[in-house]
This record gives sequence, structure tokens and C-alpha cells, in this order.
Amino acid sequence: MIDELTQILGQGQVLTGREDLIPYSFDGTAALKGLPRAVVFPKSAAEVAAVLKLAGRHKVPVVARGSGTGLSGGSVPTPGSIVLCLVRMDKLVELDARNFTLRAQAGVLTQAVYDAADAEGLFYPPDPGSMKISTIGGNVAENSGGLRGLKYGVTRDYVMGLEVVLADGEICLLGNKCVKDVAGYSLKDLFIGSEGTLGVVTEVLLKLLPKPAARQTLLATYALMDSAAETVSAIIAAKIVPCTLEFLDSRTIRCVEAYAKVGLPLDADALLLIEVDGHPSAVADDAARIRELCSRNGATSVRVAADAAEAERLATARRSAFSALARVKPTTILEDATVPRSELARMIRFIQGAALRHRLEIATFGHFGDGNLHPTFLTDERNPDEMHRVGLAMTEIFAEALALGGTITGEHGVGLAKKAFLKGQYGEAGYALLKRVKRALDPDNILNPGKILDL
Amino acid sequence: MSAERNLLRSLDYSVLQQCMRCGLCLPSCPTYLETRRERNSPRGRISLMRAIADGELETTRTFAKEMDYCLGCLACTTACPAGVDYGTLFEAGRAQAEASGAASGPLRRMVRAFSLRFLLFRPWALHAAGRLLWLYGASGLRRLLRRSGLFSLLPRRLGELERQAIPIRRHFSDALIAPVERPRGAARHRVALLSGCIQDVAFSDVNRATVDVLLENGCEVATPRAQSCCGSLHAHNGDLEAARQLARRQLESIDPGRYDAIISNSAGCGSHLKRYGHLLAGDAELAGRAAAWSDKVRDISEWLVEIGFRRPLAPPTGPQHVAVTYHEACHLCHGQRITNQPREVLRAIPGIELRECPESTMCCGSAGVYSLTQPVTSGWLRDRKAGHIRSTGAAIVATANPGCQLLIQQGLTVGAGGNTQDRPRVVHPVVLLAEAYRAEKANRAVFRG
Repeated sequence: MIDELTQILGQGQVLTGREDLIPYSFDGTAALKGLPRAVVFPKSAAEVAAVLKLAGRHKVPVVARGSGTGLSGGSVPTPGSIVLCLVRMDKLVELDARNFTLRAQAGVLTQAVYDAADAEGLFYPPDPGSMKISTIGGNVAENSGGLRGLKYGVTRDYVMGLEVVLADGEICLLGNKCVKDVAGYSLKDLFIGSEGTLGVVTEVLLKLLPKPAARQTLLATYALMDSAAETVSAIIAAKIVPCTLEFLDSRTIRCVEAYAKVGLPLDADALLLIEVDGHPSAVADDAARIRELCSRNGATSVRVAADAAEAERLATARRSAFSALARVKPTTILEDATVPRSELARMIRFIQGAALRHRLEIATFGHFGDGNLHPTFLTDERNPDEMHRVGLAMTEIFAEALALGGTITGEHGVGLAKKAFLKGQYGEAGYALLKRVKRALDPDNILNPGKILDL
Repeated sequence: MSAERNLLRSLDYSVLQQCMRCGLCLPSCPTYLETRRERNSPRGRISLMRAIADGELETTRTFAKEMDYCLGCLACTTACPAGVDYGTLFEAGRAQAEASGAASGPLRRMVRAFSLRFLLFRPWALHAAGRLLWLYGASGLRRLLRRSGLFSLLPRRLGELERQAIPIRRHFSDALIAPVERPRGAARHRVALLSGCIQDVAFSDVNRATVDVLLENGCEVATPRAQSCCGSLHAHNGDLEAARQLARRQLESIDPGRYDAIISNSAGCGSHLKRYGHLLAGDAELAGRAAAWSDKVRDISEWLVEIGFRRPLAPPTGPQHVAVTYHEACHLCHGQRITNQPREVLRAIPGIELRECPESTMCCGSAGVYSLTQPVTSGWLRDRKAGHIRSTGAAIVATANPGCQLLIQQGLTVGAGGNTQDRPRVVHPVVLLAEAYRAEKANRAVFRG
């Protein structure tokens, strides 16, 4: 089979040495790994199709992968699989400024998509934390989010079309540049967030927006988490939609201050980073009203950035949150339980309670505007007793998120890490439907088997 | 496995474990950019080291080659959100490759013994070699041999080596700098200057300029004679034992307690000198002194900003404004996290306009002996760097490391088809500052006259 792969892809595009396989045996998820049989680098949809046909004949699993930054184990290889690494399919095919669209191969970096749009005065909003290295194909496969979810939505909201290679090697083009298109089922939507289990995305057609002309940044601190939550409710009630509405809890604030020394009050219970963007006069008006709402709802301090440099400094508090937490303990597990915005303060308190009950360090930060939380476990994977307690706390947190009408994952995907919790969210009938879809599209179960669900 | 071959396993495991495999190091890594292959990335290399520590992988020849392919530029440590100490991992990985014999061939052993254990171990040997090289250039022998076309008969690697031969100064540092030099007026600080190896024989003018600038700012400067190599090349090339010996030698000859600061003007050395505390942490006798030493080491620009250096009043380059761009040596910006201070020095000089260069923090391909061991990748990086520098239109490139200075000079010459006339001047920032102070004095002399 290796010879056949080399015939299809050429020398140097098929790796089989142990020293080459080990670095592909994991993604960005803590404590998960699996050694593949080979790693291959296709250059076109036709090559992807040929690899899938070959894998189908040999009944060997295929795991598609971009830069391997996933946080739920979606691209961790099934042992003995072929890893289909798409990073060499990195051509930015077209930027259509008349239709506000951008066409790119799957291996183009998210940052490159953003930069190409930006250079034309356009805007690609989804900004996952790994965008400097994540691929657009990976973003589509995981339906990645980011900091701008509240106002701008997630990756799905920007996908107008896809080129997808199916399990049997057929190549489909789904969608087009039309804003309105109601022809048939919206099949492209089936593949967005499918984590490589239904097909391999090889090219994407993205929607772009005009770049907002102005932006304003505010930072508010609170002695009580509930005051922060009330501020958020008040902002929304005032019909203001900030592009960013982020928060840090007390544990995260202390870690950030220890690491980045940005002058945050160490006794604060919560911090909000708020950004508004749009027309300059609207932005100025919104910022003034938000400032007023923060003060009226019990903020202990509110800072408004005077210029871009100060905005950068204020944003540092949020941006360095993950870095600050990642340094505390050897193992950092970043979760993404998500609840409706109205339930957020309650969920955060639940997480803090779970940390106490199970004697764990859990710091929480995330996207207050869209209810997407990042409870972050600071632990050590070599301590089996502690890892057991991590598992218990996680189970309780997901159960609570579902009880509050939320989801087990807001933006990281199910992959391997959250497979066990999916049925609880979908119920019997929904879960059976997921399986039927998977069986219909991949009857031999060769596409990323064992991810999202077991058949 | 023998005890000697267990370097990665005996390493504090939490250093390996600190890597959470997020991949944010990838876009900063020159070798990953070249190949897009995980093995050639920091995350990939750490996974291999961890596999060896876990007993899942032998120390193979492929692993050794991989560690050789890594530049050790430490760009990944700046990009890393989790604060992974890649410098320590890199040194342990290379040492592991050497200790296990996986890296070795007879020629390699010979070259390493000659360079690391002889040339860079004995100050007199380096001086003698420097003197010979200087004679080779100055006597016209080099030009004669070049014109004869004999070099084209050499194997490609050797030919390349000849081309890269370091231009040696006629006078080394000891001839230009007195053992102790005192400023006019009362000394506000006492410092020791480390003259380096390459800096000493190829850029003794940088050492002289460093002393001038320190004197101008109220520092009494001690420059101990016949200094040893600091051991940075040894540590980066898998010979940690020799690196420790050289560190001990430095500590025995210079007592950090006697100075306010120990000044280095070479980024690669400075970065390593600041790690003596770490390197000798297990040394019963010298651990304390090594830690004190690490606290005292300052890069020259770092020290100048710390003591509030005086802005010169005259431009070094005459009445016309000159555009200067700044290339950040890896071991200054990534190894020591010093990025603002050299720019502050440059901005303080009248008549200079600082123009930023694209990818200013990316490695130029010099990386110690990398240009000799990995000529293809080094050449690619060198030409990429030269292109970015030319795109700024600057007439001067400032950089604070001798290896970078040499390779960038070469890159700019190659890019200009060998024409050395119009190529930008490559210079240490401190040399420009010293020239400005000198111009200021000349002006004063004119006024008085």
C-alpha cells in the first residue's frame, strides 16, 4: 500500500519513518495520542480522491489533518491509519472584491485568509486562538469560533461553498457565490463541523465583509461576578452588540497579573474586556454608553483606550489569559462548555464549586457575549488520582451545562475528548440520526473512525 | 542504555511536559517554514525527545540529524504560550545525540575535537589561527589562489568554507584596549568587558567602540587579558561538559562581585553567559558564584539603557540623514528578550532614521556554525534576510552579533553579484553610537579652533 501511495503522490510526499510518525501522533489536545501507519501530503483534490479510493480498497482508516491544533482530539490518528495532511494545499485561489468572496485551498492558514481580505479593505471575522497556524480547512471541519462570536458568528456563517472529497473518492462542489440559494438540501452545512468523518474538505469559498472603520476597547473590573453578568445583560438590553465581550474569573485574573503585570486588581472577582466596532460615530456613542452601564452596574474600575496602543495594552489582559494559565502546571486542559448567555454567571459559580469539591485548580475565562466558557484545568497528567478527579469534575460540568440548556462544546468539537458526553446532549433519536448520516456517507467507516461517535 | 546515554531521561520531565502541543511555535520556526514537516518543528522535535525519554524511541541517527537541522534560534520560545524552555531541551537533545554516538562519523569527530576542544578551548590557539588567517588574506595569497581557480577543484563544502572564511582584523582586542580604562571624571560604574572569540579576532573594532561608549557614560572598564571562549558554541553543539569547564574558567578569572555589570556585545555569547547559573546549578563549589554572574551579565545596549546613556549631539555620518534598519540577532531578541534597547540606542543617534525591516526577528541563517553544517538552509535564510534588508532601502544595517554581521554582509554581497561598493554597511549599533560621540568631539574641536 505504501508503494501505491508513493505512486499516487510522488517521492517525499509519503512519510513512514518512526521519527516522522511520532510528531504526527497527536494534536493540541492534552494526553491523547495514536501512531499512524503513514503520513501523506496531497497537492490536489484529485490526489485526495486517489488516496481515499486506495484506502477504501485496503479498508485502512484515513484521518484528515491541517496544522494539528485541534483541542478535542479530532485529528489524533486512529492507530495504523493514513494521515492525510493538507498543509501543502496552500493556494489562495481567488479574492473576488465585487462579490466579497475568497476562494482558498484547505491548507491556507486562517491568518493568511484574514490578511488577504484585510489588504483589500475587507474582513474575515472568525478568529480562533490558533489562527496564526490553523488552516482554513481545519476551521471548517471543526466549525471554529473565536472572540467575535457575539456579533459576527462562527466559521459556518462565512462558508458559501465547499469542494469535498467523499469516502468513495467522488469530488463534489457544494454551494456558490450567491447570497440566496435554496436549491436542494444545504449539503455544505453537513460537512461544516463534521471533523473529517463525512468527507475531506479540499477547497472553501468564504464570505467576506467590509472592514469596520473604527474600533474602541474598554476594560472593566468587578468585585462580584454577578455585577459583571448584570453589566452584560444591561449592554444587550440597551441594544448594543459589542464585537467582543470577554471575561476572566478571579483565578485567571491572578494568574494573568502574575505573568503579564498589566496592573489588574488582585481582589477582583471578574474582569470584562469589551470591544465595539463599526462606523466611527456609532462606535464612540456605544463606548460612552457601555462605560456608563459598567459604572452603574457596580464596576470597580472602567478604562477606555485612548488610542490603538492603549487598546492593545488593555487587550493583553485577555489575550495572555491562556499563556498565563498554561505556565502554572505541567498539564493544561482547556474545555469549552457553553450555556445561553443568561445562565453564564450561574455556570461559572458551578465550576468554581466543582473545583472546590474535587480539590482541583480550575480557572475560567471566555466569551461572555456568546456564553462560551473555557474552564481550564491546571493539572498533571502523571498524577492518576488527580486525573480521575478531573474526569469527575468534567462530567459534572457538562451535565450542568446541558441542564442549563447549553452544549458540551461551543467551538472545540467532540473528537475523542467529548465523545462520551454527546449522547447526553442529543438523546436517543438525535444520536441515532447522527449514526445514520455517518453510515450513509461512509459505509465502510474509513473516514476518521471513532471520532464524534462510535458506530 | 548506559548512564551516559540517558541525558533526556534524566532531564526534569516537566520541562518536556510543559509543551502542550498547541502548534503556535510552528509559524515562527524557519525549518518548519522550509519543509512544512512536523519533525522539523519545535513541537515535533520535543515529541521526539519525549519519546526517547519515555523509551518509545531509540536515539537514532535520524534524531541526531534532526537536532543538527534545528538552528537553535529560539524563535519558538518567544512564540510559545506555555513558556517551554526549548533552549534547555535543545542543548540536552544535541548532547544526547552526541553522547549516544548516533551523530558521529570519524570526520565529524575530528572536526569537533579540533574546533570545540582545541581552537575554542585555548585562547592562544584561536589567536594563532586568527593570525594565520589574517596573513593568508593580507599577504595576497588568498587573492592569488582565488584567481588561480584552484578552489573550484575543492569539494563543494570546502570551497564554501573558504568563501566564508572570517575576515580577520590586523589588531585583536588586547592590542586596542588597555586592561583597565577610566572615564574622564569620577567613575559611576565599574564593569568588566567580555571580548569574545570571533568578536575578538574579526570585530575587535566593536570591542573598542564598546569601551569608548562605556567610558563616555561614566563606566570604568576592565578587560581581562587572554579571555577564554564563553562555551556557548560548545553548549549549543552537544558538548555540555566542555561548556561547564569553560564556564568555570570564566568564573575563576572574573569575580562578578567586583563589578556592577559584566558586559557582552555579542548576542550569542550574552545569551549563554546569562545561563551560567543554570549550567552550573549542580556544581557544589561554583553554583552560587555562577548565579551571581548570571545576574550581572548585561548586553551592552541593555546596560546603556539601564544607566540612562547620554544622547550624542552630532550625527556620525555627516550632515545627511541616513536610513538604518535593524536586524535582531536571535539570541538577543529570543534568547535574552532584548528588542527595544538596541532600537533606543539607534534612535538616540542624530541624523539616523530607523526603518523597520520585515521579519526582523527571523534568523539570518548564521546560528553558530550552522552556515557550515547546513549550507542549503543557511543560504536560503541568508538570501531571504538580504532581500528584506534591501526592501527597506536602508544604507546601514545594524545588528548586535558577529555571526549575523558576517553572514548578512555575505548575503548582501552575493545579492549584489559580488559588488561590495553599493551594498549596505553592516555594523554593530554600538559602533554607530561611538562614531556619533567621536563626531561630537570633532565638532567641539572645530568650534574651539
